[in-house]
Amino acid sequence: MTRQPALLQRALPTAVILLLIAGPVCLGLAGTLLPAFGYLPALGGSVLSLDPFRAVLSEPGIGLSLALSLGTGLAATAISLAIVALFTAAWFETRVFKAMTRFLSPLLSVPHAAAAIGLAFVIAPSGLIVRLLSPWATGFDRPPDLLIIHDPLGLTMTAGLIAKEVPFLFLMTLAALPQTEARRHLRIAANLGYGRMAGFFKVALPQIYPQIRLPVLAVLAYSTSVVDVARILGPTTPAPLAPRIIDWMADADPALRLQASAGAVLQLLLSVGAILIWRFGEILCSRIARSGRSSGRRYSRDAAMRQMAAVPVGLLIAAMVAALAALALWSLTAGWWFPQAFPTALTLRHWAGLFPGGSHLVGDTLLIALPAAVVAIALIVWQLELWTRTGPRRRHAAFRNLMFLPLLVPQISFLFGLQVLFLVAGWDGTYVAVALTHLVFVLPYVFLALSDPWDHLDPRLAKVAATLGASQNRILWSIRLPMLLRPLMVAAAIGFAVSIGQYLPTLMIGAGRIATITTESVALASGGSRSVAAVYAMLQLMLPLLGFVLASVVPAIAFRHRLALRLQR
Amino acid sequence: MSLKRLMPIAAALALTASMAQAQSARDASWDDITAAARGQTVYFHAWGGEPRINAYIDWAAGEVKDRYGVTVKHVKVADTAGTVTQIVAEKTAGRTTGGAVDLVWINGENFNTLKSQGLLADPGWAQTLPNWKYVDVEGKPTVLSDFTVPTDGQESPWGMAKLVFMYDSARLAEPPRSLDALAAYAAEHPGRVTYPQPPNFYGSTFLKQILISKIDDRSKLEKPVDPDRFQQDVAPLFAYLDKIHPDLWRKAEAFPANAAEMRRLLADGELDIAFTFNPGDASSAIANGELPDTVRSFVLTGGTIGNTHFVAIPFNSSAKEGAKVLANFLLSPEAQARKQDPAVWGDPTVLKISSLPENDRARFEAIDLGIATLGPDELGPTLPEPHPSWVAAIEKAWAARYGGS
Repeated sequence: MTRQPALLQRALPTAVILLLIAGPVCLGLAGTLLPAFGYLPALGGSVLSLDPFRAVLSEPGIGLSLALSLGTGLAATAISLAIVALFTAAWFETRVFKAMTRFLSPLLSVPHAAAAIGLAFVIAPSGLIVRLLSPWATGFDRPPDLLIIHDPLGLTMTAGLIAKEVPFLFLMTLAALPQTEARRHLRIAANLGYGRMAGFFKVALPQIYPQIRLPVLAVLAYSTSVVDVARILGPTTPAPLAPRIIDWMADADPALRLQASAGAVLQLLLSVGAILIWRFGEILCSRIARSGRSSGRRYSRDAAMRQMAAVPVGLLIAAMVAALAALALWSLTAGWWFPQAFPTALTLRHWAGLFPGGSHLVGDTLLIALPAAVVAIALIVWQLELWTRTGPRRRHAAFRNLMFLPLLVPQISFLFGLQVLFLVAGWDGTYVAVALTHLVFVLPYVFLALSDPWDHLDPRLAKVAATLGASQNRILWSIRLPMLLRPLMVAAAIGFAVSIGQYLPTLMIGAGRIATITTESVALASGGSRSVAAVYAMLQLMLPLLGFVLASVVPAIAFRHRLALRLQR
Repeated sequence: MSLKRLMPIAAALALTASMAQAQSARDASWDDITAAARGQTVYFHAWGGEPRINAYIDWAAGEVKDRYGVTVKHVKVADTAGTVTQIVAEKTAGRTTGGAVDLVWINGENFNTLKSQGLLADPGWAQTLPNWKYVDVEGKPTVLSDFTVPTDGQESPWGMAKLVFMYDSARLAEPPRSLDALAAYAAEHPGRVTYPQPPNFYGSTFLKQILISKIDDRSKLEKPVDPDRFQQDVAPLFAYLDKIHPDLWRKAEAFPANAAEMRRLLADGELDIAFTFNPGDASSAIANGELPDTVRSFVLTGGTIGNTHFVAIPFNSSAKEGAKVLANFLLSPEAQARKQDPAVWGDPTVLKISSLPENDRARFEAIDLGIATLGPDELGPTLPEPHPSWVAAIEKAWAARYGGS
């Protein structure tokens, strides 16, 4: 029988983690609410009123902005989920599925902004595709005047979001599968003569979906409030709500600050509304599915359907590969005029131009991302270890749900108030403030990445060690952590990538004093030089990738004499 | 000699002495400033969207560090309005010292906001800079009057700007040299002309250029907007825009975000005409491989809008002395000549070249302006900026008309 730690000791890690996550979100929301109702004494606003909301609602085209945010967010989430579900249904436990897993996982580390910049390089009327086809196939010797990027309906922006959300939902589904009986039930369904896809939708998806509901809602909240992708690919006349809020905040007229706060509150309502609509859709879908489930139809001839299910994923991977290739090419270009399919000359000048200014930027990025990842790992390990020691399955679903809080509340809605709080505390524009804000987003992902491997570690190893007289701490340091080296490294790499990808938190809490490669590449995306923008987008890709390479190389070296711990291929 | 006759001489002597004293006091105080500046860190908030300008600021930072021991950190802002908001927010939070911004690259509306709210360092400091004596106050009156608002020495001039158009001579033999010719060109070549989306600075400047050319009485623009007459005053501007919008790039449903993006679209062949506020921009971009070498510049007959851009010190800067040392260095003939070189940046000087010592004059004469840069005599007349209140008003009217379609 293990000795129970004292209550304080038991609750401490939970308290620290929740404080770090819920604290900034709740305080930030409060800091946004007051100015939204006109209370910001320094600007002469000391009377509560609804004027800021009236100002937002009287902005030209605001209805369209709200509709765009809602529409693109819901569409991106629904389409991403459909792509993932169809593909998993059609190809689960096949070679194709394994190959795609290997392709999609690294795509997760591509920051949204870099993906959007690369995508714009490919699909613009003067982009890679038209260049490759012109003039021989299209007859264009000038780029066609086609509204693809910044289209008023936000279709391109939705596509950009899908390209990033599919890998995320796919990996979440992969993580959820072992926690269900899906694998076994699929075999039973197959034995009963159900087609692969029918079997998946009838027996596996109802088990998997509850496991991935929170990630799906996180995608929805993110997509309805995204700023960087909207800036690079989204409509501008008018823009969706979130980028307009940022514009109001940056306006020279201080009165617009109150209006921006009201906009941030409206954004929160909009994202909550999107979640309610989604919930309604869930109920509707389950009603329809229930009647279909008991129909008994087998749909055993689904070969054509299965091929079709692979098309979107294949297209997506092709688009992302093309986007990355376009980025790489542009970063080396010394002059590339339409309709040439290839640059006239290549140069390393744009990369050399990174020094010394850019190296400082990379340094700042690392200075924030590394501590954020390390602190997150330490806190989550502390929490998981405590759960292991306090006995079987004493974890609370509530904890997991709370970890999703920062992913479900639109960033803009609480960062706004948080910025004011940091300012009052004199912490704005410091590394600590930015890293703390990043931690709010890094902690949930590290928890998601680490908790499953931790739970699946064979508990008998610890028991054997304990019977041999090892202390709890020795078991942790000599058995559990070394055996979990690979997932620990992967979780750290994910945390590191999440930190690097943060645009809005860095922009707002960094107060302009702290810039990372992500804020820089979004700023350069609409600049005069595609090559310089490409260099920064490439950097944005390479740093997280480096993390993942380390995460696979270090355990491989450490375990070179441990056959059972090597990755099974 | 009688006392009476001596009096004027004594007075004159006293005056001369006091003037000399004042002069040495000024020098002494400048010495004090450079002494106090040593070891300070200046956070210089300047638009960071142009790698060439960033490289120039890097160079200036290095020189100021070597010569005066002042560390300069370039905070690359996407929009100066963000810096203005930040200073406002600091005042809101009660931070009257130790502010985040020590020097800001600024002009026009943003300067007016900071000045009118008392968020700038005390008036008159700009004229105390040793290099102020070279500033071309007579020839470039906008160094003292920023969008018609008197600077009162609360900002130090840095460079001159003038609206200049660019076109690719390989595709377009004779560019349209008036707004009406531009409209006719767009009608003939749909989708090849556009402007950056207001409230982007360049988009708003284009609107102002149209307003100046089309308004019934230009003197109205020297005064603040008259709300009762505003609709009537801007009617010709919007009549012009209504006419050309269907012929613009993407049928005016999307716009470039800024002038740099518009220049890139010219390079891609999506556009036939781009514009810039820097007469040396085309040559610099050609030298950098960002534009084909067939691109040339032109201006509209009758003149284009021009102004001066400045650097200003916020009221709560923690390194005011260091900021002054940097402002003075940026104003030096050496830094100004380097800035004008298209291979570096190509931004026109605020100095009066004929007032410079000979070796400094030679620095300017040695500059090769580049193939696509118009000479001073080809740049045409400079039209003054309207009062800042016009900018916000036409931006708002534009957004109401076209921004929510």
